[in-house]
Amino acid sequence: MIRVLSPGLFTTVQDLGRPGYAHLGVSPAGAADPVSLRIGNRLLGNPDNAPALEMTLQGGRYLFECEATVAVTGAAFDKVPMSRAIRVEQGTTLEIGVAKFGARGYLCVRGGIDVPLIMNSASTHVLSGFGGPLKKGDLIGIGTHTIGPALMQTVAAPEQRKRLRITGAAQTHAFDARQAITLATAVYQVGDDSNRVGLRLKGAPLHPPHNGQMLSEGVALGALQVPPAGEPIILFADAQTTGGYPVIASIISADLASVGQLRPRDAITFEFVSYAEARRLLLEQEAFIHAVR
Amino acid sequence: MRFTPASDRSLLVTLGEGIHVETNARVHLLSRQLQHIEEITSQSPAYASLLIRFDPLRITHEELEALIRKTPLDLAKAPEPRVVEITVHYDGPDLSDVAERHSLTPEQVVKTHSETIYHAYFAGFVPGFVYLGEVPVSIATPRRSTPRREVPAGSVAIAGTQTGVYPRTTPGGWNLIGRTDAVMFDATQGRALIEPGDRVRFIAI
Repeated sequence: MIRVLSPGLFTTVQDLGRPGYAHLGVSPAGAADPVSLRIGNRLLGNPDNAPALEMTLQGGRYLFECEATVAVTGAAFDKVPMSRAIRVEQGTTLEIGVAKFGARGYLCVRGGIDVPLIMNSASTHVLSGFGGPLKKGDLIGIGTHTIGPALMQTVAAPEQRKRLRITGAAQTHAFDARQAITLATAVYQVGDDSNRVGLRLKGAPLHPPHNGQMLSEGVALGALQVPPAGEPIILFADAQTTGGYPVIASIISADLASVGQLRPRDAITFEFVSYAEARRLLLEQEAFIHAVR
Repeated sequence: MRFTPASDRSLLVTLGEGIHVETNARVHLLSRQLQHIEEITSQSPAYASLLIRFDPLRITHEELEALIRKTPLDLAKAPEPRVVEITVHYDGPDLSDVAERHSLTPEQVVKTHSETIYHAYFAGFVPGFVYLGEVPVSIATPRRSTPRREVPAGSVAIAGTQTGVYPRTTPGGWNLIGRTDAVMFDATQGRALIEPGDRVRFIAI
């Protein structure tokens, strides 16, 4: 078992989410940076989907009541070696520290974090009441499912981009053309009130069509929604499955992990790419992940 | 049907405009007909559209669109909708406001609300929250100007011509006219009491 001595700022259990229940209004949740989660799991011989602790800006302190092998990936924390397997002896306290850059790190454990599954996923979704952030004193079990040995290597961390690639989305052509130009040339700042549900951007307002009113429809992960006030919101892992504001663009799949690493006040820009280019970049990212093992 | 990519891994299929039971029934029929396609990871039906999320490493927008175009949409083949009955204690804190607004008695509001059979348009907001319509205009009431921080689980509520049940305690801006003890969402089974496409009747107790 792992005893939580200090949970950090906001630490939750996450795997790759529960995507298949959107028709019932269930948010997918899952790791905000799934690339880092998968790399951590691959380092440890876990399946990609093994649950880990997602730590936000501050990592916390954990007492290992049994020996374990762990790996910390994602945001660069200052108290632990990153992106490699670490042997933790029984009775040791692991202090993660503070993220020097990036927003979210993953404390992966060989065998995975063992929590009850809800709809085939261990992912916390606070709004649905599926789990909640870790608290001081919590005891966390370690699972036993592995698919290979832990690797004895340090891997390169994936790039954390501040220039995000986007494609057209459902309402792109309903916006007048100047709005897309503004989006592609302005610098936006990530708002302080950003979280796993959405990232509120500060910067050049966009003018949505029909004053921002439209019939509710399903929304995609990474959609750039424009409410009537004009400052876009990136809909993220914990967002609702439907929305009622026009969507001007959507972050490409390969850059969603970078969105998970954005901190409040980070400056970001956007660049339109084609769907074919988005697919090429995703294949490139998959090759990077598969190079670990 | 109109096809629009919504992201590099989702396709929006629009089947009409506005809020109409027949358009929405076609949305759910299409959704059901696509359930077996492995490359689809999830679907979000809404009033007049279906958002289809897919694995972009296995299929493209064009291939998915071609698959859908090959699937004829025959409403005659749609199964009869299920009728879900939900018992309600009509004692919500906004019942008298709703009544006053329409110069009705609370009893008349209850009668109108519980005599109407509703269509379940789609689920959203939180697991198991389903948008039901149409609430007759004689009791339709816009959402409250100030949302409540906490609406208790089981609250039966009206917003405009839509009605619904809050599956769990959440913030909310709808007018609360009653409450039910029914379990709206069973997370252990991943099952919702009301599924999109169902018919719903509220029974006053």
